[in-house]
Amino acid sequence: MQHFAELLDSLVFQPARNAKLRLITTYLASTPDPDRGYALAALTGTLDLPNAKPALLREFGVQRLGETLFTLSYDYVGDLAETLSLVWDANVKPDAEATGPQAGHNRPPPSLGEVVDRLRLTSKRETPRLIETWLDELDATGRWALIKLVTGALRVGVSARLAKQAAADLGGVSVDDVEEVWHGLKPPYKSLFDWLTKGAPRPAVATTTAVFRPLMLANPLDEAELPSLDPLAYRAEWKWDGIRVQLAAGGEQRRIFTRGGDDATSAFPDIVEAMDFDAVLDGELLVAHPGIGDVGPTIAPFNDLQQRLNRKTITPKMLRDYPAHVRLYDALFLGGEDLRARSFDERRTKLETWFGEKPRGPFDLSPLIRFTTWDELSEMRAGARAAEIEGLMLKRADSAYVAGRPKGPWFKWKRAALTADCVLMYAQRGHGKRSSYYSDYTFGCWRDEELVPVGKAYSGFTDEELLRLDKWVRDHTTNRFGPVREVEPGLVLEIAFDAVQRSTRHKSGIAMRFPRVHRIRWDKPYAEADKLATLEAMLAA
Amino acid sequence: MTADPTPSDPRSWLFTTPQGLYCAPGDFHIDPAWAVKRAVVTHGHGDHARAGHGATLATRETIEIMKVRFGEELGAVQGLRYGETVRIGDVDVRLVPAGHILGSAQIVLDWQGSRIVVSGDFKRRRDPTCPPFEPVKCDVFITEATFALPVFRHPPDSHEIGRLLQSLKTFPERCHLVGVYALGKCQRVIRLLREAGYDKRIWLHGALVSLCDLYTREGVDLGDIAPVGEMGRNPKDDLFGRDVFKGAIVLCPPGALADRWSRRFPDPLPVAASGWMRVRARARQRGAELPLVISDHADWDELCRTIRDVQAPKLWVTHGREDALVHQARSMGVEAEALHVAGREEEGA
Repeated sequence: MQHFAELLDSLVFQPARNAKLRLITTYLASTPDPDRGYALAALTGTLDLPNAKPALLREFGVQRLGETLFTLSYDYVGDLAETLSLVWDANVKPDAEATGPQAGHNRPPPSLGEVVDRLRLTSKRETPRLIETWLDELDATGRWALIKLVTGALRVGVSARLAKQAAADLGGVSVDDVEEVWHGLKPPYKSLFDWLTKGAPRPAVATTTAVFRPLMLANPLDEAELPSLDPLAYRAEWKWDGIRVQLAAGGEQRRIFTRGGDDATSAFPDIVEAMDFDAVLDGELLVAHPGIGDVGPTIAPFNDLQQRLNRKTITPKMLRDYPAHVRLYDALFLGGEDLRARSFDERRTKLETWFGEKPRGPFDLSPLIRFTTWDELSEMRAGARAAEIEGLMLKRADSAYVAGRPKGPWFKWKRAALTADCVLMYAQRGHGKRSSYYSDYTFGCWRDEELVPVGKAYSGFTDEELLRLDKWVRDHTTNRFGPVREVEPGLVLEIAFDAVQRSTRHKSGIAMRFPRVHRIRWDKPYAEADKLATLEAMLAA
Repeated sequence: MTADPTPSDPRSWLFTTPQGLYCAPGDFHIDPAWAVKRAVVTHGHGDHARAGHGATLATRETIEIMKVRFGEELGAVQGLRYGETVRIGDVDVRLVPAGHILGSAQIVLDWQGSRIVVSGDFKRRRDPTCPPFEPVKCDVFITEATFALPVFRHPPDSHEIGRLLQSLKTFPERCHLVGVYALGKCQRVIRLLREAGYDKRIWLHGALVSLCDLYTREGVDLGDIAPVGEMGRNPKDDLFGRDVFKGAIVLCPPGALADRWSRRFPDPLPVAASGWMRVRARARQRGAELPLVISDHADWDELCRTIRDVQAPKLWVTHGREDALVHQARSMGVEAEALHVAGREEEGA
């Protein structure tokens, strides 16, 4: 447990992906089974433990420390789990000359495996006592990790995919190989580690279809390459602005996975209810209000979909106001048959047949776009201004469904970005390698005589440009707030973004989707930057 | 401030003035924030030791530190050995180890049978760069309260240094840039590394060099240390200079961690060593990727233990989070109150 706690603690402070991978791989390599397996389960969100409520933690804190000291401490720290972990040994005899993290106790702290096993076997009534005992045995970092474990989310900036990548690195295999076997396995993943580290045979791919299969992803289209591609060899469809999901159902199992393999099933009971099939389907999750008669569903803005994400409890009101919908792109399995080696055209035909068998509730098909020349398609792309369309997808008619992002068979051809000239207002230091550079920029547009912030960007410039931007910020600072500098208006940034949305969180009332620095307009007078009204006119209907 | 000084009323003979804490029967200030005629100084940190006093009394080591920091601006000085007593006016003044940094002292004031101890900054755990805190029984104990909340419980130093050494193993190609205060923390971290068996060269930011030299002269063995100087500054003509810092430990003031100065190092991993690192939000604020909880101030348990050890019926609590400590002391049967002294801020530690 202590070892695992140190890992989580390191991950929290480490912003770089590769460094996180190194930390996890190092941990997995140096930790025995079953602890490392449970750690992997915790990081990938597959560890299902009985939950402790925050109220219990508060009660613990007040019992040990008294109301006054606990409240003062909580006010200062601001996070309940962390406060409790730090104040815990209040009733232990203070011993400043302590030499070990467990000073004052004579029992060794529990291992992660012990924690998991005992939590599973202990009745709900007995769980608080058990947690209390462990809190006594662990050091502050260990307590913090334990509390994270028993209250649910770890929140250490590691996706399920990243954790699996670390496991794959440990065994020198590809992460897609791990994905293929993953959902047939259970914590503590002994057979997985036997395969990765001890030369045991690869675990069998699960036979039920309700497991995650790595998604096939597209590369951005280089328009210069277009003339060399044969338009008749490709199929086109709209790229919908939602969340890519995989629906996997078979037997009693119904699961919804995100692109990274995270399990999102519990957030969308309205979709799960309609998954009365034996199939693995690829589609776009959207919020859509059902159509009537021949009129198809109306896609709601991405903002509405965000109301359904990252929710612990789903209320009937949310289901009513923001009904979920999946627009289907592809079929990986149908009726137990693996279609992934078949061509796109064959899979599409089978998907259409399956879809036509009966009413499919909150599902529809992403329509194919008929075209004969690239110019024709290009025109349609330019004309598509509906908010829910991000651009086009091009898929080779003969392409098999391959995990990952193979070069060639699939392209995404995003709608041309919108741009606006904005004035730099604040700059903030970046993280990791950029910690000595002012690399995160907040910019604004004119509302009458006043600049109002409209967005924030931290990409789109070269290293040389960053050096120059950093110097500009330092030379034009008017105010400092910790890591943030306010600068005098003077520098115009041409910002590219995918869309403009309404937002109640920003003073300007709008928010940009995917803003990035397109060009730095060193020459442009800042008074000539765009007006807020210009952005408001771009608001999706 | 009030009526004539009487020994039975400690507030009447030691009280705060705009310049700082003032001892009336001795006519001197303790750690004054402004220049005064006579100052008694607990230790060399900038918020306690200032230049420009008519006369300064401190430990011999603290005087040496002040000479390095202030040079000519220092007026008349008198350096004492620990335990030595001098009489100033009607007051006997004795300096006793506080265990905070080299030369740090508690000031023991005896006047007509009444004794007040001004702790200055202190800690109770072992520090290889200075003698340990000695509890002195007294009528009034004036304590610091930098980390006076139960959330501050510093782990053992060896554990934290172990985390730094582990990180060097995990990221052997990254330069570990450790933010430390120039006086005390810097030298203590170096000694702790040496005790943990780290014998490679430790590199220093220019601002740390003169105080490290002083510690060495005072007999604290810092091993192989060297200034970074201009090495690696120009990426074009000094590739060698940059490679030297791969997997090396470089110490610098906390402000230099995210300063342009740090760009010369290969993929620097920012480390911060401070008691504030105990709280994750604060560690993140500082941009530390490896926060080490190493403090020169007493933590909550040490503060509580000290209140018991000095057996003072009265406790005055200076700078920090006095609410919690006043509450705690009262529950221990001690008459506790806050004492607001000019010129004290939360930084340091």
